[in-house]
Amino acid sequence: MTIAAPATPQTDSREVVLRVENLKKYFPIHRGVFQTHVGDVKAVDGISFTVHRGETLGLVGESGCGKTTAGRTIIRLYEPTAGRVDFLGTDMATLKGEGLRHIRQKMQMIFQDPYASLNPRMSVLRIVGEPLEVFHIAAGEERKERVAQLLELVGLNPDFMRRYPHEFSGGQRQRIGLARSLALNPDLIICDEPISALDVSIQAQVVNLLEDLQEKLGLTYVFIAHDLSMVRHISNRVAVMYLGKIMELTDRDTLYSNPQHPYTQALLSAVPVPDPVIEEKRQRIILEGDLPSPAHPPKGCNFNTRCPKAFDTCFDVDPDIVQIAPGHFCACHLVKGQA
Amino acid sequence: MTEQQTQSAWQHLLDVRNLETQFHTEDGVVHAVNRISYTMNEGDTLGVVGESGCGKSVHALSIMRLIPNPPGKITGGEVFFRGKDLLQLTDDEMRRVRGAEIAMIFQDPMTSLNPVLTVGFQIMEALKLHQGMDEKVARARAEELLVLVGIPEARQRLDDYPHQFSGGMRQRAMIAMGLSCNPGLLIADEPTTALDVTIQAQIVDLVKRLQEKIGMAVIWITHDLGVVAGMARRVNVMYAGSIIESGPVKEIYANPHHPYTVGLLGSLPGARRDRTKRLYSIKGEPPDLVGELKGCPFAPRCAFRVERCAFEAPVLEEIDSQHIAACWEKANVRRVQ
Repeated sequence: MTIAAPATPQTDSREVVLRVENLKKYFPIHRGVFQTHVGDVKAVDGISFTVHRGETLGLVGESGCGKTTAGRTIIRLYEPTAGRVDFLGTDMATLKGEGLRHIRQKMQMIFQDPYASLNPRMSVLRIVGEPLEVFHIAAGEERKERVAQLLELVGLNPDFMRRYPHEFSGGQRQRIGLARSLALNPDLIICDEPISALDVSIQAQVVNLLEDLQEKLGLTYVFIAHDLSMVRHISNRVAVMYLGKIMELTDRDTLYSNPQHPYTQALLSAVPVPDPVIEEKRQRIILEGDLPSPAHPPKGCNFNTRCPKAFDTCFDVDPDIVQIAPGHFCACHLVKGQA
Repeated sequence: MTEQQTQSAWQHLLDVRNLETQFHTEDGVVHAVNRISYTMNEGDTLGVVGESGCGKSVHALSIMRLIPNPPGKITGGEVFFRGKDLLQLTDDEMRRVRGAEIAMIFQDPMTSLNPVLTVGFQIMEALKLHQGMDEKVARARAEELLVLVGIPEARQRLDDYPHQFSGGMRQRAMIAMGLSCNPGLLIADEPTTALDVTIQAQIVDLVKRLQEKIGMAVIWITHDLGVVAGMARRVNVMYAGSIIESGPVKEIYANPHHPYTVGLLGSLPGARRDRTKRLYSIKGEPPDLVGELKGCPFAPRCAFRVERCAFEAPVLEEIDSQHIAACWEKANVRRVQ
């Protein structure tokens, strides 16, 4: 992978592929005979970030933090409740019909479960070739040729194109999903936990493949994951989410060496290090309790129920996300923003 | 329980000898566990690592004699626990061992709890059965156990149903249930795999503290080499139904001798200082365990393969008195850079 200088909004001159502004996705809760609207699950509650061409942005957090909903709302699998999603200069959030269909060619998604995301009754040729057919790009022999190329690109034998998903292992299926997402030459791929269902030795294969493809095709990734060590490996910048909000966002090295938000600190400290000598000496920050329900987030800062450093203000005022150093954003009352 | 007997009546708490488990399927015989042997002492912590299908869970279920038969069958070996061979016990005797002397917790705490019974009832069940407690005493003890595993408002929580607990709390309840009869050995089969990292840290911390307090031995089965590094004293690395390397945790991580262990450690991000480098990846995929394997099971994926590996299976040999590995080329295996 070619690592450009840590991308910060000020210094990065590369084209902005994706700009998300104050994106919200609420799922309404209806109760009673009349299905009255009694509240909302605030799955994504006002997140903002930019992704530059050729970059990988990691989106990490625990289950229920809204990272998957964020990915799905960006690609408009869900209708956003509020906010903007600028993709290649167009606002995705308000597009409809043909316009949306057209722009989706350039934005693809790969999913967590390689068993559920492929149609078991379709051959690999049809799965990978379907986008080509849908957009009238290639048919017949030409389509077959293109599918063969794509399979080769992701490291699968093109002779397998007549086979069905059940004949492949998890890692191979993830490659098939990747081949399909590459069929339309996308600019951006949203990878939603693409490796968490795979075994350790297979994870490394898929991550290496993602990196090779990025280099070869100039792809931009939003990499959604809960595995902080893999995110550290693959990302240029990382956003940490908690209960629908971004708590901290900065370049990879700063986040891991100098985390500012108490949640990021606790999260990093909870990750076991595969080295018994380090593990022996480590002091863990053990967070108490569980993630609160996003239907009833606490008053004030979302993290105040578990934060070891919470003080009065945290229970009253929800901190804004502010820039604390060039390209380093953090939402915590304990860190001061730059003037 | 027999705390007085810990001295010299038997040499080890657990002594597994040539344990072999097979499954008869339509495609043929699956050799899930192939003649594995190891020992454990009182209070020890053993990590068992390997990828899915390597036989790590089946080996644990075999010790507990919970292999569904048919299609599965323990086809050979001995499992001595406190001097008695568990595989020779009658079903009744084995039932008294399970829960009372050896407890097991599973990966998915939702499916291992009964959804229509309260958590309290399920904890009390073992106490009433194994220790002959009456309702009142059992309830008090169950509350004590929930406090021990860190569940707030334990008394009220006893009357909750499993769905009212979060994933982390359910796993705590499972641990409480496992500990209810002061077992000598707790087998934890991927207990934190379904949990978030911050909750995983809570559970690991809890088991470590309980171990110090109660002095039980723990077998921690996982695919996560990070958890094992912080948890275990010894590690067994399994591949295709066999133990391919075993030794003290520090030795295994610092000085692995089997190419598979080397590959696993190399494929972890963060194991290397330089994070811009490609991850080392083991080629190919684990073998199909149907039918007899010829030669070394890892040979098709191995970077250190020699001719002999294809037809002659290597045996576990000493690297030093604590550390064993099964590889013909173990003298030449180096850590990947």
